[in-house]
This record gives sequence, C-alpha cells and structure tokens, in this order.
Amino acid sequence: MELLLKDKVCIVTGAGRGIGRTIAETFASEGAIVYAIDILADDLLWVDNISQTNLLIRKVIVDICDFELVKSTLMSIKRDCGHIDVLVNNAGLISYELMSFIDFDKLKKMFNVNVISLIYLMQLCSRIMSRQHSGSIINMASMVGVKGAKGQLGYSATKGAVVSATLSAAKELANDHIRVNAIAPGMVGTRRFKNVLEEKFADKINDIPFGRLAEPQEIANTCLFLASDLSSYITGQIIGVDGGIVL
Amino acid sequence: MTNVEKLNNIFIEVFGATVEQLGDNYCKENVADWDSVHQLGIISGMEETFDLMLDPEDIMACTSYNAAKDILAKNGVEI
Repeated sequence: MELLLKDKVCIVTGAGRGIGRTIAETFASEGAIVYAIDILADDLLWVDNISQTNLLIRKVIVDICDFELVKSTLMSIKRDCGHIDVLVNNAGLISYELMSFIDFDKLKKMFNVNVISLIYLMQLCSRIMSRQHSGSIINMASMVGVKGAKGQLGYSATKGAVVSATLSAAKELANDHIRVNAIAPGMVGTRRFKNVLEEKFADKINDIPFGRLAEPQEIANTCLFLASDLSSYITGQIIGVDGGIVL
Repeated sequence: MTNVEKLNNIFIEVFGATVEQLGDNYCKENVADWDSVHQLGIISGMEETFDLMLDPEDIMACTSYNAAKDILAKNGVEI
C-alpha cells in the first residue's frame, strides 16, 4: 500500500515532545519529509536517533514568536524542497488558573504563541501553498476552546481564537485548494498532562465516557488523516478527539 | 531576461497589461481590475520569481508598478 504522505513536505511546530513529536514520527513513517520545529534544542535530541533510520525528520530550533527567524526558516525549506505541503500548528502554551488569578504577562505570551504565531505561520505557508494550488493546514485547538472550562479561561480563549482563525482561513484559502482544519483534543495522556492530572483533574476522568485519556498517537492519527489525501474534500472542520468527554 | 522584464511579465500575466502600459501611471487608481486579489497575484508572482517572502507592509504598499519596483529594490533585487 502506498504511503499516505510519500514525499510530502510537512512542518510540525512544538515537535519536541508529546503530541507534536508523535505527529512528526507518524508523518515520517508515512513517507513525509518532516521539519520538526521546537524552541528547545534538548527537546529535539530524539531526532538525532531517528537519523539512523529511514525516516526523514529534520530538526529546526526556532522560537515561533521570532517572525524574522520563522520567515527565513520557511524560505530555506522552500528553497531546499521546492514546496511545502502540510503545516501542523501544534506548538502551544497552557495554563490552569481561575479568572482572578490570571497573570496578564503570561496570558499575552500564551496568545503570542498559541494564536499570533499560528496566524503568522498560516499566512506565510499559505502564500507558498497558494502557488502550488494545494496544501493542508492543521491547527491544534482544544475541546476547552469549543466548550469552555472552569479554571482555564485564558487557555480556552486562545484555543477559541484558534477555532475561529481556522474557520476563517478555510474560507479564505478554499479557492486555492488549501484545506484548513483543526483538531480539538479532550484530555490527552502526555507526560505534561499526567503531571497535572492528579493534582487538578483527578475527578474529571469520570467525565470521559471512554473511561481513559487519549493517547498522543490517537491525536497524531487524526492529524495524519487531515494531512493526507484521504481528507481531500474536508476543510473548515473542527474535529473533536475526546472520547465523548463532557466538559 | 532582465529583472525588469521578469517583473513586466508578472504584470502582463496578472492584469493582461501590455509592456507599453507599464509605467508611472500604472497604479491602483488607474487600473480598473486592480483589487486585492490581483494585488496578491502580483505579490505571489514577485515572491516566486525573485525568491522572496515579502512583509505585510510591502504587500499593502504594492499598489502600483513603480511601487513593485521599489519593493523589489528594497528586498535586494537589482531593478
């Protein structure tokens, strides 16, 4: 069977660990040339081990809030590969606090990473994709951005913005055959989330009809579907991957 | 082909202009078809032809043939 992403050039932000790393590995295993972007060099050390396999993953250490660096990185990828087929805007910050405890410096930083940089990456990549008349952009939203969550006003506001940016971009880019969709995970069993789970969400596991957290691979599989031609007629969708969670 | 000829070809392709028309008066105010879609077409052509990625202020400022030349010069293209 043909690999789903054979020779497609895919950019994955926040690829250092958790969901992003799983997406990068999944894409590469389906034949993609993956540019794994993260701000922390140490988090991308895993890519060095991958280089001993047949998987094509290239690490790029970039702060996605540094617009000049982002622009030169994308131009470099375009020069090297000639095209950019898939952008996964996965990088994000998260915080948990009640409204009265919101730290506005942190909130602004979170908007910068989760929303402003995401829009900038969509803007640049879509200009390259529009010349190809093809492309798939996948934004990582969250169920809390769709339904809200007590104690996560700031984070949910950024993810709500991701949802609306996705819907608008999908409408604006449809004529260029660029698909734009978002994934809205519920609770995912990343190491980061498991660390806060017991402290803050121990009772919430009961709100998931499936009775368990999502595996990062289940998010990556949805991402693979949206990146591949299997979803060639799908755009402007926010796909919940949440085990039926009730927030 | 010179860089000016390459730029001219972009305007010819996007607007159907003739080389004779391309001059000081070829601008948003004087070209009936000049809308945001055509402007983005010019930008896209310039980026692809000259291997650039233009900033938002350049995209907004690209409202005439001469402005396009200025933007290319500003981005290091000999014009």
